[in-house]
Amino acid sequence: MSGARGLGAALLLLLGGLALLGPSLLPDPALQDLRSALQPPGTTWWLGTDHLGRSVLARAAHALRFSLTLAATAVGIAVLLGTGLGLLAASLGGLADRALAALGDATLALPGLLLVMVVVAFAPGEILPLSGGVALAQWVHFFRVARAEARRVLALPHAEAARVLGFGPDYVLRRLVLPELRPILLTLVGFGLGTAVLQVAALSFVGVGVRPPTPELGSMTTELLPYLPEAPVQALVPAVLVAMLVLGFQLLSADEGQKP
Amino acid sequence: MMGVVRILLARLAQAGFVAVLVGTVGFALMHSLPGDPAFRIAAERYGPDMVDAAAAEAVRAELGLDGPVLPRLLRWLGRVITLNLGHSLVSGAPVLPELLDHLAHTAMLAAMALALALPLGLPLGVLAGLRPGGAVDRVVLLGAVLLRAVPPYALGLALMVVFALHLGWLPPAGFESPAAILLPALTLALGVAALGGRVARDAVMAVEASPFLRFARWKGLSEAAVVRRHGLRNASIPVVAVLGLQFAALLEGAVVVESLFSWPGLGHALVHAIFARDVPMVQGAALALGLGFVLLNALADALAALLDPRRARGTL
Repeated sequence: MSGARGLGAALLLLLGGLALLGPSLLPDPALQDLRSALQPPGTTWWLGTDHLGRSVLARAAHALRFSLTLAATAVGIAVLLGTGLGLLAASLGGLADRALAALGDATLALPGLLLVMVVVAFAPGEILPLSGGVALAQWVHFFRVARAEARRVLALPHAEAARVLGFGPDYVLRRLVLPELRPILLTLVGFGLGTAVLQVAALSFVGVGVRPPTPELGSMTTELLPYLPEAPVQALVPAVLVAMLVLGFQLLSADEGQKP
Repeated sequence: MMGVVRILLARLAQAGFVAVLVGTVGFALMHSLPGDPAFRIAAERYGPDMVDAAAAEAVRAELGLDGPVLPRLLRWLGRVITLNLGHSLVSGAPVLPELLDHLAHTAMLAAMALALALPLGLPLGVLAGLRPGGAVDRVVLLGAVLLRAVPPYALGLALMVVFALHLGWLPPAGFESPAAILLPALTLALGVAALGGRVARDAVMAVEASPFLRFARWKGLSEAAVVRRHGLRNASIPVVAVLGLQFAALLEGAVVVESLFSWPGLGHALVHAIFARDVPMVQGAALALGLGFVLLNALADALAALLDPRRARGTL
């Protein structure tokens, strides 16, 4: 079903474009104009202004850039760590394999968001524990897939033949295992990015993610909560952007076999 | 029987993992705070004015806070495993009774959410699965995809705006009136129902297409008997098998939704404790949520074994 994937790609292009170009074209997101606080959406302020008279569109563009960068960094770390350890476990086997698998099980003992929160507790409001926590909660998914797939491929006759012929483990993993692994990893990366965006927004919404004045999609909604009756659009726009971003990632990486 | 024992042992090991992980993080958090942990613990016990070096020294000796790191960590973990969770760094009150109160609230909210999610998600999923590609299926699929993308806090906010601000039917937040549980529970339930309905749809679709169901019809059983004896039980196996994912969604949602609706549960307590850097409370709340997750999963395992005896015999 390529319609869904096309829609996902379009959503991501739109939001990615806003995140990429917005910050240089739009006014300063920290620029306050208290005389025009809580303006409704209109021709001057496309998405209105917040309680300090800051442009919601400009803040949203910065927040999108922030969310995408953080999600990409965290998922990037998780992919490298998880895939690397998965391939290592599959090719070493034995005790190392079992120890790494137990480490993975231990990570899965807590629900993802809870694990991120426990890590964030070390320095709430800072970016390093936030991205580290998200990566820590996700590496195990890449690890499990990489390990299972590598085990399967390594047991196939052509991989065994390659090893008998004297090709090193580096060659076998790079040339025989990785190509089969890549499409599965890409799907997982898409879902992982969506999860990361959701987690960062949720934690910032409850106040332990990123701190103001950094524009962030979750905390933008929190800041406008007291003005919800006067400015519902400004409070809900960042949340809608989160939903669009997550939807984009999920549609783009949706398994085609799952669709009717 | 061996199968069941093995599954439950695995869950017990998982509970151990949770305790060790959360306890180690708590230990590290305590030592990452500025100042001397013994002084902090003495201050929370006796009040900040009553602390002197002698009191701190007594605490240090009692809790074994000096010496090499590893024995110190092991002693700390020993206290965590025996649920000796210490006192809050903010209020000075013992953590455990406070935690039990929060736990009761979260359990109530989770139970309510499940009670709303099951009659919402399962029938829709079954209807969608009976006619894949039909109108119900399309609407349910769209709803499920959207519900999975919308962050729980936005869903809760939207419900709050509609039902509390505009219609005025339900209180927007708090926990005084019995009706206050409905909005947070509904927020959680929608997310869980989206996940459960999706699984139910796939399961029903698979069973509907299976040869054994065709055979049951072909040998002349009534439709009711086909559904009751061959359909429901087989379709419910995958639904129960992924209950763990739904419990994770439930607990993760609870953290956010409780904060939004000021529901005094574990998630709310955890967020506040992180904010206030109240390490014993962070540790306690995370431990309770993690152990609750393991317990729910163990119950799901037991249910799965009940539904599918092959699993209990270990032949699957």
